[in-house]
Amino acid sequence: MQLTAEQKIEFYRQIVRIRRFEERSLRSYLKKQIGGFLHLYIGQEALAVGCCSLMGKNDHIITAYRDHGHAIAVGMDTRALMAELYGKITGCSKGKGGSMHYFDPSRNYWGGHGIVGGQIPLGTGLGYAIKYKGLKGAAMAFMGDGAVNQGAVHESYNLAALWDLPVVFVIENNGYSMGTSQTRSSAGDLARRAEGYHMAWASCDGYDLYEVRSVMNEYLVRAREESKPAVVEIRTYRYRGHSVADPDKTYRDKSEIEEYQRTKDPITHNQNQFLAEGVLTEALIESIDADARAEADAAADFAEASPFPTTDDIQKDVYWEADNPDKRTSEGRLFFE
Amino acid sequence: MPVITYREALRHALSEELDRDPNVVVLGEEVAQFNGAYKVTETLLAKYGPKRIVDTPISEAGFIGMGIGASMLGVRPVMELMFWSFYSVAFDQILNNAANVRYMSGGQINCPIVIRGPANGGTNVGATHSHTPENVLANHPGVKVVVPSTPYDAKGLLKSAIRDNDPVFFLENTMLYGDKGEVPQEEYLIPLGKADIKRKGTDLSIITYGRSAIQSLAAAELLEKEHDISVEVVDLRSIRPLDIDTVLASVSRTHRVLIVEEQKPFASVGSQLAFMIQREAFDELDGPIHRLATVDAPAIYSPPVEIEQLPNPQRILKAALAAVA
Repeated sequence: MQLTAEQKIEFYRQIVRIRRFEERSLRSYLKKQIGGFLHLYIGQEALAVGCCSLMGKNDHIITAYRDHGHAIAVGMDTRALMAELYGKITGCSKGKGGSMHYFDPSRNYWGGHGIVGGQIPLGTGLGYAIKYKGLKGAAMAFMGDGAVNQGAVHESYNLAALWDLPVVFVIENNGYSMGTSQTRSSAGDLARRAEGYHMAWASCDGYDLYEVRSVMNEYLVRAREESKPAVVEIRTYRYRGHSVADPDKTYRDKSEIEEYQRTKDPITHNQNQFLAEGVLTEALIESIDADARAEADAAADFAEASPFPTTDDIQKDVYWEADNPDKRTSEGRLFFE
Repeated sequence: MPVITYREALRHALSEELDRDPNVVVLGEEVAQFNGAYKVTETLLAKYGPKRIVDTPISEAGFIGMGIGASMLGVRPVMELMFWSFYSVAFDQILNNAANVRYMSGGQINCPIVIRGPANGGTNVGATHSHTPENVLANHPGVKVVVPSTPYDAKGLLKSAIRDNDPVFFLENTMLYGDKGEVPQEEYLIPLGKADIKRKGTDLSIITYGRSAIQSLAAAELLEKEHDISVEVVDLRSIRPLDIDTVLASVSRTHRVLIVEEQKPFASVGSQLAFMIQREAFDELDGPIHRLATVDAPAIYSPPVEIEQLPNPQRILKAALAAVA
């Protein structure tokens, strides 16, 4: 997997763009311009960028509610992403989904799902559809470390292994399911549970782009070529609370966060690597950062200036038929008072 | 016209749609090799092979969720629940994912899935296997809910359900699988959301659906013979979308209403109907709206008593007499 200097710069740029987008959204959240929950991806950026950088045209992705990083990594417009947070009609889900429910099927990005583990059967279904249609592709089904104890995840493992579906289950292990550490919530090694289903598995670190890409590529190729599923646990860390609104001091020490930031921060680590390789220069680093900040600010300006959906929009996008009345085949009342 | 069973009518619908659209695939527990727990899918494996007729493990959340995911990419899965009662273990997939994904994506994703299977009591299988979740399902905007009562309706509605671009939950009835009726040889579709007046009458409108429609017809016969009361039986066929216009038109002809349903009464389909009828046809009513539902308790096992817990022609007859009194 030889990467060109341009590709490396592009991946680095994406990491920085995610970080700056998240920081900008946090500011808006604290100013109450964003409602609900805000699950920030800060600290985990290289993981999504590394995985999504491997996607081909028949590859698909689905994830849980910490979904901003993946959305940026598949190429969604940050203005539409920010506008979604602001609840605006120009948002990627027209202001109907919010932070946890980003979608862009045109980029094979199937959400953005709010229930822990609930997206994993759907991701398995993406793999099923790829295989059913005879396409050479793979589905990446992301979950957090808290999702591994959900029954739906195990049911999906079984189906994928039983039917040789091209699904790579990715556990983004940031160490905490909300405020409960892995050691307090999960028995055994997370990815090793794949053995019970005779599935391949691996685990790796998520801060290093090369490592993420190398491990994921192996299983994605296997999924595409041999239609075999796998479970890959990628160790990572989040710097912020589970959601911004959650207290962060009850379950971990500040020094733990600082330690990760000092030794494994995705920006610093990959920056140093690319600097050492002569791919990045200080000037380029500065301009990438300035661009990312400007992009995030522009996204916030766009979001702020955009209109909210109207109350007339509440009942749109519920039924395909209601949105396509000229093609409606059913009769009778679809909505009730 | 050929006379076939409700079960065969469903099978013919599946077969015709499997022939018509290569994206249609039938999945469920025991649907293939075993020929279906209730034999609805009998012979389909031999005809269509294991790619299109797929036995799943007992894993409703997993395989239903998988079908929903596949439908987002354009596969049209027809998923069998051996009993609709098992929907509870797939609740998150059915009612969080299938019902919401179109909306939460701002209309970018369609979910053309059908989930079908029996949803009824009356077979002495106790409370866990006797749920009638049509009210629970229909409470979720984004889904469609269909409950056919006859072989003719079952076939025409299932074909429409499979072609529909929204998730359709299709609730059959084990007590009706063996019922026979006329079903034409040539292809036909019945649109979802269109009620059917199964019997014309002038003194009382019974608004009903599913097996309760069949029992209401039996009661109507007795009411005519024994009490000289002319009953109109309106079979909703579809709960959502709902053909309220046909209901209101019937009410405006008879001015008396009895709702009959195999639901527990609290917040049932009948509750919604009663609200809508009083709201939209208040002046047409000559008396309060009556309702006959399942006696409000979990389904009892004891065979002779279960008959009395559910709507049956005698209970309907009694309720009808009260409604016209």
